[in-house]
Order: sequence, then structure tokens, then C-alpha cells
Amino acid sequence: MNFIVQGIQWIFDPARWSGPGDIQSRILEQLAYTFGAVAIAAVIAIPVGLLIGHTGKGRDVAVSLSGGLRALPSLGLLIIFALLIGIGFKAPLLAFVILAIPPVLSGAYAGIEAVDKRTVDAARAMGMTEWRVLTKVEVPLGAPLIVAGIRSGVLQVVATATLAYFASGGALGVFIDDGLATRNYVELLGASIVVTALALILEGIFALAQRLIVPRGVTAGQVKDVRTRPVRSRSTMGSPIQEGK
Amino acid sequence: MIEFRTVTKRFPDGTVAVDEFSLVIPARQTTVLVGSSGSGKTTLLRMINRMVDKTSGEIEIDGESIYRLNPVKLRRSIGYVMQNSGLLPHRKVIDNVATVPLLNGVSKADARQGALELLDTVGLDRSLADRYPSQLSGGQQQRVGVARGLAADPNILLMDEPFGAVDPIVRAELQQELIRIQRELGKTIVFVTHDIDEAFLLGDQVVLLEKGGRIAQEGTPAEILSKPANDFVATFIGADRGRRALSVEVVNGRNVVVDADGRPTGVLQ
Amino acid sequence: MNWVVNNFGLVWSLTLTQVALAVPPIILGFVISLPLGWVANRFRLTRGALLTISGLLYTIPSLPLFIALPAILGTGILDPVNVVVGLTIYAVALMVRQTADALASVDPDTKQAATAMGYSGWSRFWKVEFPLAGPVLLAGLRVVSVSTVSLVSIGSVIGVTSLGYLFLNGLQRDIPGEVISGIVATLVIAIVFDLILVGIGRLLMPWTRADRRLSRRRVPEVPPVVAVNA
Repeated sequence: MNFIVQGIQWIFDPARWSGPGDIQSRILEQLAYTFGAVAIAAVIAIPVGLLIGHTGKGRDVAVSLSGGLRALPSLGLLIIFALLIGIGFKAPLLAFVILAIPPVLSGAYAGIEAVDKRTVDAARAMGMTEWRVLTKVEVPLGAPLIVAGIRSGVLQVVATATLAYFASGGALGVFIDDGLATRNYVELLGASIVVTALALILEGIFALAQRLIVPRGVTAGQVKDVRTRPVRSRSTMGSPIQEGK
Repeated sequence: MIEFRTVTKRFPDGTVAVDEFSLVIPARQTTVLVGSSGSGKTTLLRMINRMVDKTSGEIEIDGESIYRLNPVKLRRSIGYVMQNSGLLPHRKVIDNVATVPLLNGVSKADARQGALELLDTVGLDRSLADRYPSQLSGGQQQRVGVARGLAADPNILLMDEPFGAVDPIVRAELQQELIRIQRELGKTIVFVTHDIDEAFLLGDQVVLLEKGGRIAQEGTPAEILSKPANDFVATFIGADRGRRALSVEVVNGRNVVVDADGRPTGVLQ
Repeated sequence: MNWVVNNFGLVWSLTLTQVALAVPPIILGFVISLPLGWVANRFRLTRGALLTISGLLYTIPSLPLFIALPAILGTGILDPVNVVVGLTIYAVALMVRQTADALASVDPDTKQAATAMGYSGWSRFWKVEFPLAGPVLLAGLRVVSVSTVSLVSIGSVIGVTSLGYLFLNGLQRDIPGEVISGIVATLVIAIVFDLILVGIGRLLMPWTRADRRLSRRRVPEVPPVVAVNA
């Protein structure tokens, strides 16, 4: 525990907050990687995910692709990019985008898939165009899971961004590099505490955002005298419907 | 008037839900398609608003092929009520009812005003307008579903087992309410159910379906009850059982009507 | 490719090290989460507490955790125990929620029927609830397995040898082939582990094979949204 106290003291040492390589610019770098990578991943993965969720096509490919990407060791990925495209911020950023794609993608299609098929069926039967069904029904109702995917991507990258120093990409890992080189355990611990705190803060913000985004009607009180399970199986309501077996 | 002409529906997995089906559904009356599961009744209903597309054949509304219309436009002109009400959970009751008019380009104020009036029509208090569907009872949700189906003032109302998931008391209430609404509005209602009692109660015409959308018999409830076309129909309507097989016994000088088990059901006036 | 051929012995021995570091957390995570998940599912109060704690634990990035564990456990910083303990924490954090969800996914009617037939609480759990929760448990274990295998290599940053050595050494000596061989070996381990888990699942839960279309509809896929923290 003594070490932990020293680690915290290391963080709040005034020397840490001034001069070149101060901790605040490292924190900003860490956050820039996080939001930059997740934003790029979102631009790529969310439209694809929505399309997969809406049409149900390409789902198997997406599932195995995200599964495969998840198995990639982040350190190895980052280093191979550093070797292939050179050191700097680009190699880590590219690696982080690839790491952020699977959770964002699966959040997007899982969010759409989680919407009650009968609700979607009703929306279509009322005469909504496919675009409206997607934007007015599926996206608002699937939003909690879509945000959960982004949250998951953010958490993943904010943690992994620590490794950017392997490509001389800055961020909080620089202190870990220094601590390892100088065998300064207190510095290692201090940097670790900062990274962990960042992750926890972002987690808290996203947990809140996710709660706020649940449509009001979904959280509103539930008084029902309908049977919880439909008399007819749900699958009948999808399209194509399966009557006539 | 809705007309099916030799309509066939084959699903991609090869099952034939409806085979060469022909039927004329008269305007401004209630026609009930009744049959057990696998009879293709829901498929037939959903073909009218093109939620299911035919494999072959022709469907016309008032003499015009529905395949000449854009399916989205077609759906906006036909009311649809389904078993679980199918309300959008993230929109308030009033906005659910106003959805189709808004899609049709009616101004927001007019759509909301119309929706409030529809709540009266289906017997819902206007105070429920700002609730979310999950805050309503199943019976209330179903009423909202009917209001939404009527919102664009369609000529045709399709109802897919709309009262299937509510308890018997609420169901009886909703059935009476539908009879009242139909008396006022005179829509062309196509109603799907597997409950023969419901079919006889609501239908001006009843179409009894066998597997694959084959029509076992069509006619008024009285015609079907009085002259079942075959054993299938007789069994389905329970012609030889319970309340269907009534006879008269004289008790204390009055004509008492008893069912097949000898239980009294009423007195002849 | 040349590099791999010349150094196959090294890659192979590091692969075995990686496997040795990955297997204990996967098994421990499963065993520890079973009672915790049961408690989380059984009581309202514990559910909130356990799921919040496991959620927070899961949020801690792995490199900081590996660095902090020696200060908490009193181990040396190079001790592989740190990596095993750290990865076990993640496995437990993920599996507690999954176990609770898995047990909650068992049809209450089935449970009531089992009680009505005369199962005692203990035997009902092992004979009815546990097997029926199996598919969801398996889905969780597969995620744990993949993430554990890929996280082991982070340990090499603080000097716990594994396939991660190939990444660091490859970077230092500028040999892309070495780094790629490390990535490929990691993927191969992940795939083999996954196949083993799926095989065990088929062996122990033959009923899930009976109607594939049915089981696909009922059993959730690998939970769609999970982070693998580096």
C-alpha cells in the first residue's frame, strides 16, 4: 500500500505538471488517440453495422470478422504497424482503429437486432419507408446497445493507447517506458493509476450517457394485462413470415 | 371490394402457404378469415397490404391491381392492427396514433387533433394521450392499436388476431367495441382469427380455411352453422357439440333451450 | 518466412509458455465465477453489488494492473503469478455477469417443473439449471478464452516472457517476420482453444445439437459488446 501512496504522490508532484513532457499533455495525447480512433472506427463500422442489423445480411461474416479481430494481440498489431509504416502517431492510431472496430460494429448490429421484430413489422405495415423504419424506429430503440458498443471501443482504446510509446507515439505510456528503463517502480505505479483513473472516468461518463439515451417510453412503468409471451411465436411476425408449415 | 384471383404464395424454403386462392371480399362489411395455424390466413391478410408479396396471381382493390401501387403508399392507405398492438414503445400514445397521418403529410397540429378524436372513438380517455404504451394495460394498448389503424381514415382495416393476447373479459369488451365502431364507420374490415366464436360474433362473412389457404366454406355465420359444407367444417365449428347443438325442452310450461350436454342456456320468447 | 524457419524452436517454446499462462486464468475464472454468478442471480442486492464491482474490475487496463499487482500481492515484478492473477481477475469479472445471465436465461417454468417433480435445491442446480445455462456459459467462456490468450503478451512489457517477446524483440531488431509470427501464433492458440471449448460443449450438451436452427435462435451468440482491455 505504501507504494500506492507514493504513486499518488508522484502524480501530484508539481514537477509532473510543468515543463516539456508534462503529464497533462500526455493525458491529452491518450485521449486524442482514444477519441480519434473510436471516431474513425465509428464512421466505418456504424453504417455497416446498421446495414447488417437492418437487412440481416452479412451477419455471419461480421460475427466471425469481429471475433477474429478480437483475437489479435494489440501489442503485436501496434508493433507490426510501427515497423511497416514507421514510428509516429499514425501506426498506433491505425492499430487502435482496428481494435475499436469489432465492439463498435457488433454494438451497431446487435442494437438493431435487439429491437422487437413485431415493432419493426408494425412500423413497416403502417407505411414507413425502409429509411424511416431504420432512423425513426430501429436506431432510437437500439441506441443503448449502439452506445454500449462505442463505450466498449473507447474503453479498449483508452487502455491500449498506453502502448503507443512503442511506436514513439507519446501518451501516458511514456512514463511507463521511463519507469521500466530507470527501474522506477513508483513512476510505473503513478502512470498506471492515471491510466486507470482515465478509464474509470470515461466508463462513468458513458454509463451515464447510456442510461440517458434509453427512450423514455421503454423505461416508463410497466402495467400489463397482456400475457408476457405472445400466443403466436415471434418468428411468425418477421418477414418472411413462416405460416404454412 | 378486395379481390384475390388465383393467388399463390410459396416461401423461399418451399412451403406453399396459399395455393391458387380466389375470394371476393365485399366492401363496408366485416369478413373474417378463420382457420387453425398453417391455414395461411395471416399470409393472405398480409398480402393485401403487400407485407407479403405473392408468388403468382392477382389482388385487386376496387378493381385496381395493388401491384401497380408503391407498397409504402399502399400501406399508408390501409389500416393495420396486430395481435400485440405493435405500438412504437418510444412514442407517446398520441404520437403513435398520429404516425400515419404525419407520414401522409398532415400537419402536426391536425394529426394530433385527429388522434385525440380517435381516442374518443375507441373509448379511451384523452388523459392517456401523453402516456407511453408500456404504461397502458393490454386492453388499452389494443384500443390504441385500433385507433392507429383508423388514423388515416382508411377504407380498409386489416386486423390480425388483434384480441388474441388479452384475457377473455377484456377480449369480450373489445369485440363489442369493434362491433360498435364498425356500425358507426362502416369500413371494409378483414379480420383474422383462429377462434370460431369470435369469427361468428364479428363476421358478416366468414371464410373457413383449411391447410394451404383452401376455402372449406364461406358464407354468413348462419349459413355455415345451418349447413356445414363438410365434416371438416362441422368439426371446426363444433356443430355437434355444446352450445352449437341446442334443443328445446319444456319446463314449467316454458320452452327452455338446452345445449348438447343438457345444460340450459336460455328461454325461447 | 525465413526467420520463422530458423527460429521455429523459439516460437514453439514461447507458444507453450503462452498456453501455460493462459490456461489457469480461464479455468480459475470459470470456477470462481460459478458461485459468484449464482449469488448475483439469486439475490437482488448482491446482483447490483457484484455486477458493479466486476464491471469496474473489468475497466482496469491490463498493463497498469500487471504493474500494480506486485505492490498489492508482494510478489516480484517479474513474477508470472502477476499475469495469471491479473488475467484471472478479468476472467472472473467477465464470467460473473455471464454466469448470472446464463442462470437467469433458464426458463422459470422449467425450474418450477423441476421443483414440482421433487428436485432439492442443490440437485436442481446441478441437474437442471447448470446444464440448461450451459450454452450461455460456453459463449462467455469463449470470449474469456480469446481475450485471455491475446492479453498474455502484454505481460512481456513488464518482463514476463510469452509470445510478446517476439513483438518486443522484433521491434528492437526490426524484423517484421518475427512480429508476424508472434501474431499468427497467438491467433492459432486462440482458434485451437475455441475449437476445444466448442468440442467440449458439443460433448457435454448434445441437446444443443439436436435442432441447430432452434438452438441458434435461443442461444445468444458470444455477447456482442465486450472490451478486451490492453
